[in-house]
Amino acid sequence: MPSTVRIGSGAGFAGDRIGPAVDLVREGSLDDIVLECLAERTIALGQGRRRADPNQGHDIHAEARMRALLPETLPRNVRIISNLGAANPVAAGKLTAAIAAELGLSCKVAVVTGDDVLAHLDLDLPAMEDGKPLASHGEIISANAYLGAEALMPGLAAGADVVITGRVADPSLFVAPLADRFGWELSDTTAMANATLVGHLLECGAQITGGYFADPGTKDVPGLDQLGYPYADVTKDGHITVGKLDSSGGFVDRRTVREQILYEIIDPGAYLTPDVTLNLYGVSTTTVERDRVRVEGAVGQERPEKLKTSVGYRAGYRAEAEISYAGPGCVERARLAGTTVRARMGEAGRSLRIDVIGSLQEDGAANMLECRLRVAGLTPTIDQAKSVCLEVESLYTNGPAGGGGVRTAVTEIIGIVSTLMSRDSVSPETTIVEAS
Amino acid sequence: MNNVQLREVAHARAGDKGDTSILSVFPLDDADYEWLRRVVTVERVRAHLHEQVSGEIERFEVPRLCGLQFVCTQALSGGVTTSLALDTHGKSLSSRLLGMRIPVVTGNPSPSAVSN
Repeated sequence: MPSTVRIGSGAGFAGDRIGPAVDLVREGSLDDIVLECLAERTIALGQGRRRADPNQGHDIHAEARMRALLPETLPRNVRIISNLGAANPVAAGKLTAAIAAELGLSCKVAVVTGDDVLAHLDLDLPAMEDGKPLASHGEIISANAYLGAEALMPGLAAGADVVITGRVADPSLFVAPLADRFGWELSDTTAMANATLVGHLLECGAQITGGYFADPGTKDVPGLDQLGYPYADVTKDGHITVGKLDSSGGFVDRRTVREQILYEIIDPGAYLTPDVTLNLYGVSTTTVERDRVRVEGAVGQERPEKLKTSVGYRAGYRAEAEISYAGPGCVERARLAGTTVRARMGEAGRSLRIDVIGSLQEDGAANMLECRLRVAGLTPTIDQAKSVCLEVESLYTNGPAGGGGVRTAVTEIIGIVSTLMSRDSVSPETTIVEAS
Repeated sequence: MNNVQLREVAHARAGDKGDTSILSVFPLDDADYEWLRRVVTVERVRAHLHEQVSGEIERFEVPRLCGLQFVCTQALSGGVTTSLALDTHGKSLSSRLLGMRIPVVTGNPSPSAVSN
């Protein structure tokens, strides 16, 4: 059993950069790397792609990530743990094994399923957001329970090189490999608290190494263009030190760590995950050397009884359209264009959101260089959304003077509501796919 | 009364959960935490962000991290999935908050925070 495990972050969201993950594996002496790639809507959107093609529905960057990382991780015995399976973990597992085989590398992939609970979801359950039945929100297209670390343990115990999941609570992706390497019991609330804190610190990737942080003049970040991803050294008794590669840009300091500890925390005394209820009030930070910060003091209480479940529904279409005006009077012309569109749309125009986005010269509004009118609307049908865009486009010849640069976009909107499911009704399963 | 812009003495980060925006505020110098605790009140934050936040604002004090956590409900036009705002996540609310002015008291801000 190791005395210290070094676990890294290789992605903090679906669109995250790949290069820093490769650097971290090459130079970081990692044991495990976690790729967190799922936003709330990602799975709902993936379901649509899966219906169109049974081999799709996973993270759209899954192939690029695996092609870049497998040649680095497999020879070094660094395990990849990722939720990039999204709406189709099995297809992502097969894709991963196929890429490894193509590279001539043997690879054992554990695929975790069971988060998809759409087939047996009770649509009369109340949504946590408004208390109304789930079915009342619109056509339900996805329902995924947030699985905990326990769902990943069988795959890790089977010796997987890669573990691919769908919806799993973000910190649990870190908790599982740490528990596996240290032999922690998942009922040990102190171990779960420390491991969950590790996950919470690292799950957003570069947000703890200087990303989402730079503010010239008050918070300067050196080498933002070379920003690196973080890792944590974790000891068996739960000591945590966050660091980054010396060769990468950015930094890890008390400020970046503090911002990330409280990031998205609704109650610092009770951060709920499937593995533990985490109390952050006792957590403190100590800079041990440059770019190395020790974090300690996590306290755990019993895990929540039920699992949060994210439910996607069709919420209509979003129309967004913009047009530019410049020079003296441009704000007034943009506003006139906005009221004109609203009037032309009649009843439907009342709910439009209208913004004038401007760029000011330093000496103030009198010399405003350019501004853009933005019209946005949420509509039940795609045709209504297109009509919003057409009313903005037609401002070219039917609106105020000097309007140009129209851009329009219509997007299908997937709304998300949450509900709670009993643990009994969620049954995770693990499938092994091998390339040799 | 003398006052200072929050950005000169503090840093902040915004997060979101559904229609709730979570704003974390920390002093640049820990010596200013007590002062910020007294002057960065829910009332001031509500007044400063009244165009963005329509619901309740709750403040949590996390002294070990010198952090003040503002949990603002009905702050994201219904939430990231259905919002018509430009910044659907409300990521920019932290910087808006740093534009707030707060009263200076004797001894605060600490000289080192200002020289930063």
